[in-house]
Amino acid sequence: MTSPLLLLQPAQTPLHLPERTTFWMPLDASVTAADIDWLYMFMIWMSVICSLGIFAAMLYFVMKFKAGPRSANETSEPSSEHNTALEIGWSVIPLLICIALFVWGFQGFVNLRTPPKGALEVHVTGQKWKWLFEYPHGTEDVLHVPVDRDVRLILQSADVLHSFYIPNFRVKMDAVPGRYTDLWFRATAAGEFPVFCAEYCGTAHSDMLTRVKVHEPGGYEKWLADVKKELENVPLPQLGKLVVEKQGCLTCHTTDGTPKIGPTWKGVFGKAEQLSGGATVNVDEDYIRESIIDPTAKIVDKFPPSMPTYKGKLSDRQLSGVIEYIKSLK
Amino acid sequence: MTSPSTTADVVAPKTGSGSDNYLVHDKGFLSWALTLDHKRIGIMYLASVLTAFALGGLFALILRTELLSPGHTIIDHDTYNQMFTLHGAIMVFLVIIPGIPAALGNIALPLQLGAKDVAFPRLNLASYYLWLLGAICMLTSLVMNAADTGWTFYAPYSTTTETAVAPAAMGAFILGFSSIFTGLNFIVTIHKLRPPGMGWFRLPLFIWALYSTALIQVLATPVIGITLLMLTVERLLHIGIFDPALGGDPVLFQHFFWFYSHPAVYIMVVPGFGVIGDLIPVFSRKRIFGYKFIAVSSLAIAFLGFLVWGHHMFVSGQSTLAGSIFSAITFLIAIPTAIKVFNWIATMYKGRIHLDTPMLYALAFLWVFTIGGLTGVFLAVMNVDIHLHDTYFVVAHFHYVMMGGAITALLGGIHYWWPKAFGRMYDEKQGRFGALLVFAGLNITFFPQFIMGSRGMPRRYYNYLPEFQDLHRLSTIGAYMLGLGFLMTAFYLVRSLKSGRPAPANPWGSRTLEWTIPSPPPYYNFHHAPTVTRGPYDDYDTLVYDEKIGGYVEKTPSA
Repeated sequence: MTSPLLLLQPAQTPLHLPERTTFWMPLDASVTAADIDWLYMFMIWMSVICSLGIFAAMLYFVMKFKAGPRSANETSEPSSEHNTALEIGWSVIPLLICIALFVWGFQGFVNLRTPPKGALEVHVTGQKWKWLFEYPHGTEDVLHVPVDRDVRLILQSADVLHSFYIPNFRVKMDAVPGRYTDLWFRATAAGEFPVFCAEYCGTAHSDMLTRVKVHEPGGYEKWLADVKKELENVPLPQLGKLVVEKQGCLTCHTTDGTPKIGPTWKGVFGKAEQLSGGATVNVDEDYIRESIIDPTAKIVDKFPPSMPTYKGKLSDRQLSGVIEYIKSLK
Repeated sequence: MTSPSTTADVVAPKTGSGSDNYLVHDKGFLSWALTLDHKRIGIMYLASVLTAFALGGLFALILRTELLSPGHTIIDHDTYNQMFTLHGAIMVFLVIIPGIPAALGNIALPLQLGAKDVAFPRLNLASYYLWLLGAICMLTSLVMNAADTGWTFYAPYSTTTETAVAPAAMGAFILGFSSIFTGLNFIVTIHKLRPPGMGWFRLPLFIWALYSTALIQVLATPVIGITLLMLTVERLLHIGIFDPALGGDPVLFQHFFWFYSHPAVYIMVVPGFGVIGDLIPVFSRKRIFGYKFIAVSSLAIAFLGFLVWGHHMFVSGQSTLAGSIFSAITFLIAIPTAIKVFNWIATMYKGRIHLDTPMLYALAFLWVFTIGGLTGVFLAVMNVDIHLHDTYFVVAHFHYVMMGGAITALLGGIHYWWPKAFGRMYDEKQGRFGALLVFAGLNITFFPQFIMGSRGMPRRYYNYLPEFQDLHRLSTIGAYMLGLGFLMTAFYLVRSLKSGRPAPANPWGSRTLEWTIPSPPPYYNFHHAPTVTRGPYDDYDTLVYDEKIGGYVEKTPSA
C-alpha cells in the first residue's frame, strides 16, 4: 500500500547514484564510509602488488625455463624442493597481513554494529517489494533524515528476507521476518541516494528501490513541519480515512455494512443504537467522539467491550476527521 | 626416498590399445549401463556432467543476454529469476561438486593407486544413478514451474513461493547422497587399496586432494540433506521450522545451509588443487616444491572449512561476536591457500616447462585463482563485507574461484587424462587456442563484475540502474567468448575420438602409476599391484622422450 501522502509530494527525479569521485567505490556520504574505503583501497593495492608479483614470477619462469620441443635427451638442472627461509617468509608475512586486516575489519565492524546513543530512530519495514518508513505523522516510502546526525534504523520484514542497502553510506542489513535488526549511519552530505534491496525476494526484487533524502541542516525539521501542515490542510473526511487506516481501526470495524468485532460504520451516523443495558443512543458527533475517547462508556448491544481508548493519541482535528469520514459512509 | 630405482612389477609401457582395452572389452548399451568398471563409470559421469555444464552454460548466456540492457531485453522478471536459480543449482550440484571427484577421480584414482577398481564398485555405480535421478528431479522442477529461490533456497521465500521448489530441493537431496557415496568409496579405496610401498607421503597430490574432499563430502553433506528435507516438509506439511509465520526461524536455515555449503566450496575447489598439483611438476619436469605442505594443507583447508560458515551471514542479524570469530577463522584459511600457490610457482623454478594444453590450464588456474583468492580476503574483512555483501563483487569472486578455479582445473584435468581415458590425442594447437579463449573470456566476463559490485550493484538483479550498463555489456561480451571457447573445446575433443592420433602410454612424461599402463588402460588396469619405491614426482630424468611413439618411456639401464 503506497502512502497516500505521496500525492502531496513533488514528482521525483529518476533514481541514480551520485557522480563517483573514485574509480572503485561510489561517492562516500557517511562518517563510517571513509574507514571502509581506506581498507578497501589498501586491499586493492595489496592485491595488485601480490598478484603482479605472482604473475610476474610465473611468466618469468615460463619464459626463462621454457623447454624446447620434446626430445630424447632432456634433463633439468638440479634444484631444491625446500627453502626454509623462503617458506617461513611466505607463511608469516601473509599471516601478519591477515591479522592486521582482521583487526581493522573487526574495529570497523563493531563501530558499524554499535549505534551511538541518542540517535534519531526510524522504524523500517521491508515487504514485497517496497520499503516503508515510520514517522510521527505516518508512513512514508522515502527515507528522510537530517545531515550530520546519527540515525538508527530498526528493520523488520513483513514477509520474506530483504536487505536494506545504501551503497553511498556503505551500510547494509537484512530485514528478517519475526525479529528486529538494526543499522546506523550519519550522513555527511545532503542530497538523494539510492536504497537497494540486496537480499533476493522474488519477482520485483530488482525494483525494490527507494531513496534516502538527506536534508540540509534545519531541512529535516522543516520537512516534518511541512508534512504536518499539509496534513492539516487535507479535507476532514480524507484525513479521517488516513487516520483509520494507519491506526488499525479497520481490524475491528468495517465500512461495508458487515459487523465484525465492533459495529460497522456504514450508515451508522444518525442511527439509533440499542445499548447493552437497554438504553438507546442517537449516533451523532458527540457519541462517536465519546466512543473513541472512552470506548467502554456506552457499548452497543451484543458487542464486546474490547476497544482500547484513543485518548491523547489523536488530535482534535484528527478526531473530527474520523467523525466526518464515518459520516460520509452512507 | 629419491633412489633412482624404477617402479617394479609393472606392465611395460606400450603404445596403442590392446584387445583388453576397457572401452571395447564389452559391447552394447547394458555393458555400459550396468558396468562396475570405475573407468566406464568415470566416462559416464564425465559425459553427464559436461551435458549439465552445457545446459547451465546456456542459462548463463541467456542471463547475460538479458542483462545487456536494464529492464526487459529478452525474458521477463520471473523467467530471469528461475533461470539464475537453475544456472546456480545445476552448476553447483550437477557440475562442479561431482565434476572433478566423480568424473576425473573415478577414472584416475584407482589407476594412480595401482588398484583394479575402487573399494566398492557397486556403490560407485549407485552413486552415478543417484546423480542421474537427482538431475531428473531438477529437470522436473524446470518443466513443472522452475524454482525461483536462487540455489541457496533461503527461507521463508523458498517455503512460500508458488514455484516447484520441492522437486529441486529433493534433487539436491538425492545428489547429496550421490556425493556421499563417492566420498565414502574414495576414503576406503585410499586407505585400503594402496599398493605395496605407497605410504601416505607417496600419494599423488590429486589423491590427497580427493581424500580431503571425500572427508568433507561424507561429513558435511548429510547436513544439507536434512536441511532440504526439513524445507520440503515445511512446504508440504506446514510444519514451522524456518518460516516465522509458522513459528520457525529463517536465520536457522542460513546456518544449516552454510554449514554444508561453505565446506562444499572446498568440495568444489580442493580437487582442483589436486589436479594442479599433478600438472605443474609433470609439465615442469621437476619434483614438486613443498610436497608435504601441499598435501597436508588440503586437509587443513578441509578442516578449517567447517568452521567458517558464518562469514556468509555478516548482515543476517548474527551476533557481532559470532561474526568476529567466523571472520578470524576465515583469515586462517587464506594462509595454506596462499602457500599452495607459492609452492606451485616455486615448482616451475629451474624446471623445463612444456606449454601443452593442460599446463596452459594450470597457468590459467594460477592466474584466476590468485585473483579469486585475494578478493576473498576483501569479503573476510567484516566492515568491507557489509558494503560488498550480496553485490556483484561476491558474484565475481565466486565465479573466479568456481569457474576460474574449479572449472579451469577440470578442463586441465580433462586435457591431461584424455589420452589415458580414450587412447587418443586431441589437436594440440586447437587445445592451446581454446585455453587462451577460455582464459580471456573468463577475465572479461568476471573482472567487470568486481567493479560493478564495488560501486554498489546488487546481485540477482533483473533490472539495474543505467550507470551499470557499460560494465554489464562488457561482461556479456566476455560470456559469449567463454561460450565460444567451450564450444570449440567440445568440438576438437569429440573429433579426437575419431581422428585423433593414438595416444602412447605416457605422452606427458608423468611419474604416477596410471601412465605406466597402456592408453586406454586394460579392463583390469594392472595385472597385479605394482610395488612403489619412490614419490609420485621423483626422477623425471629417468624417462626419455621417444619420438616414434610420441611419448615417454623408461630409460633402459644401459642408456
